[in-house]
Amino acid sequence: MYKYDHYDQAIVDARVEEFRDQVRRRIAGDMTEDQFKPLRLMNGLYLQLHAYMLRVAIPYGTLDGRQMRMLAHIARKYDRDYGHFTTRQNIQYNWIKLEDAADILADLATVEMHAIQTSGNCIRNISSDQYAGAAADEVTDPRPWAELLRQWSTFHPEFSYLPRKFKIAVIASPTDRAAMRLHDIGIEMVERDGQLGGRIFVGGGMGRTPMIAPEIKDFVTSADLLSYLEACLRVYNRHGRRDNIYKARIKILIHELGADEYRRQVEAEFAHVKTLGLDPPAAEYDRIAAFFAPPAFAADAPDTIDRSDPDFALWVDQNVAAHKQPGHAIVTISLKPAGGIPGDASSAQIDLMADLAERYSFDELRVTHAQNIVLPHVRKADLHAIWTALTGAGLAEANLDLISDIIACPGLDYCSLANARSIPVAQKIAARFASPERQRDIGELKLKISGCINACGHHHAGHIGILGVDRKGTENYQLLLGGSGAEDASLGKITGPGFDEDGVVDAIERTVEKYRTLRTDGERFLDTYRRVGMDPFKEAIYG
Amino acid sequence: MGELRFRDDATHDEPAVTLDSFFDQSNATAVRIEPGDDARALIPHLDRLALIDVSFPKYRDGRGYSSARILREAGFKGELRASGDVLVDQIAFMRRCGFDSFAPDAPLDEAVVEASLARYDDVYQGAADGAVPVWKRRHG
Repeated sequence: MYKYDHYDQAIVDARVEEFRDQVRRRIAGDMTEDQFKPLRLMNGLYLQLHAYMLRVAIPYGTLDGRQMRMLAHIARKYDRDYGHFTTRQNIQYNWIKLEDAADILADLATVEMHAIQTSGNCIRNISSDQYAGAAADEVTDPRPWAELLRQWSTFHPEFSYLPRKFKIAVIASPTDRAAMRLHDIGIEMVERDGQLGGRIFVGGGMGRTPMIAPEIKDFVTSADLLSYLEACLRVYNRHGRRDNIYKARIKILIHELGADEYRRQVEAEFAHVKTLGLDPPAAEYDRIAAFFAPPAFAADAPDTIDRSDPDFALWVDQNVAAHKQPGHAIVTISLKPAGGIPGDASSAQIDLMADLAERYSFDELRVTHAQNIVLPHVRKADLHAIWTALTGAGLAEANLDLISDIIACPGLDYCSLANARSIPVAQKIAARFASPERQRDIGELKLKISGCINACGHHHAGHIGILGVDRKGTENYQLLLGGSGAEDASLGKITGPGFDEDGVVDAIERTVEKYRTLRTDGERFLDTYRRVGMDPFKEAIYG
Repeated sequence: MGELRFRDDATHDEPAVTLDSFFDQSNATAVRIEPGDDARALIPHLDRLALIDVSFPKYRDGRGYSSARILREAGFKGELRASGDVLVDQIAFMRRCGFDSFAPDAPLDEAVVEASLARYDDVYQGAADGAVPVWKRRHG
């Protein structure tokens, strides 16, 4: 875990005071709402349907027990006793008062946290692989690079009024658990001839014009990484469209220029930027990387799991992943209980997860883009105790990557942009497929729901996606099939005419039943869809 | 406070001309560039320019920040002015990008400007103002 030094702390503390002053000037009437808006947005404060929403950054989704407990404290003291973990590995609070916002930031600063650049047309929180430091297939831990990027992008003076928001993900495994190619910039750290560097993908994204990022550079040596990104951003800041908010993301620029022309411009800019001395020395990487050194794993931890408790064994099979260290495992805590709101956790649940992290996971937690929580480093011998504690808190749902492990945006229940509700649809689907046996029989099926075309619920990347739209004043749901946010990234295709809320649940059931008749051994829904195409499903849905 | 200037030399009196006029008029010493203009077109002429006025018709349009850095990175030592819809909370970032004078449409509160410029002792990244990034401070 990265620890702030006095520089980091001073910057975050200064930000709290700056924001306090901005709120004071807004309340005093010295600033219009229009002038205040970009300032509060750069601090993660949105004005929503019912109240202010505050989005707190969890850099690359990593936090410790003390920080997690602070998130519970904020939910308890300033909100309605719960928080909502997001697809950007952040947490947001839906019922915040403007006059409390600076105090919340001050509380966060005491545990090295902030809400800097969690919204606004700037470089947002850097996201990463939730299994970083624990996965056997990683080339290196991506988090030191993510932290370098966090620092570089924080209060970047040139890139704080970009044409539109800008999201960066860093991974370091061939397996993509972070939807890397659906980001404005996706970086895969790779090794070449014994040297570490990044494969750079630019121009991915969801929203109303979903695109998978093309590879812009196959290898940028780590010593040039920040300069290269600076060049990528400068070309975008100068030439990205500003005439139409819906065409302002970098994906549109690259689509219109073509990847080759964008690459040519970036290369020319990079040749210049590299002369400016913007890249930190290797010693700075080493300083940061030291914070992410592997914890002191017990070399002799037993590698077996006592599976005599059948419910426990089911949870292990579904929610526990292989760890690089023998005798250890990665636990995913599902925030998708049947009937619940995807990604929500109560203060008591957040505290409990903090306790478990401190006791069993070297004081580390991760937030996943699928809105779950990970205990990255647990001993296999402790799994049963963890499961028992989670069971008591309603957190032991054994549904990771199953049909009820749904990503959903807050939708029309909270969000001022939404056209349709997402949460009730997620709840109805979870209820329809409530049987754990049935879910396991269906197998891996990533279902993602967005309540409007902005696609915060990643519906384009769902094996099954749902998009809520407004059709003549009534909520209507379009169904998409065949998307993926993984290393085999693809965009879902719309099946045909949309449905009402119950109709879309029926259509999903018909889709799933069709898959069961078509699948061959070991085929996931996505594999079957890719093999047989849309037609058989269309026929099953619309008959 | 209307004009805000961080230079010791005398204010440049000649009015700034548009980029097109500048190229037609070989003796102009002050030019005004719009967000869509290519600041790099001025690089061969920096020696004869005393003032470059970078226009911000809307504060949300951040192209002028890149224009400023490009001009400073090319060695421009003259006055670099941000004019138009320039808000008090943008001054600090603009200073970092190399602007050294400001002509905002609406007057700025001097106390707020001073507080915002004094607020951060440290910065995370190099830019056009010569501030030493913290990674350099950490490693001497």
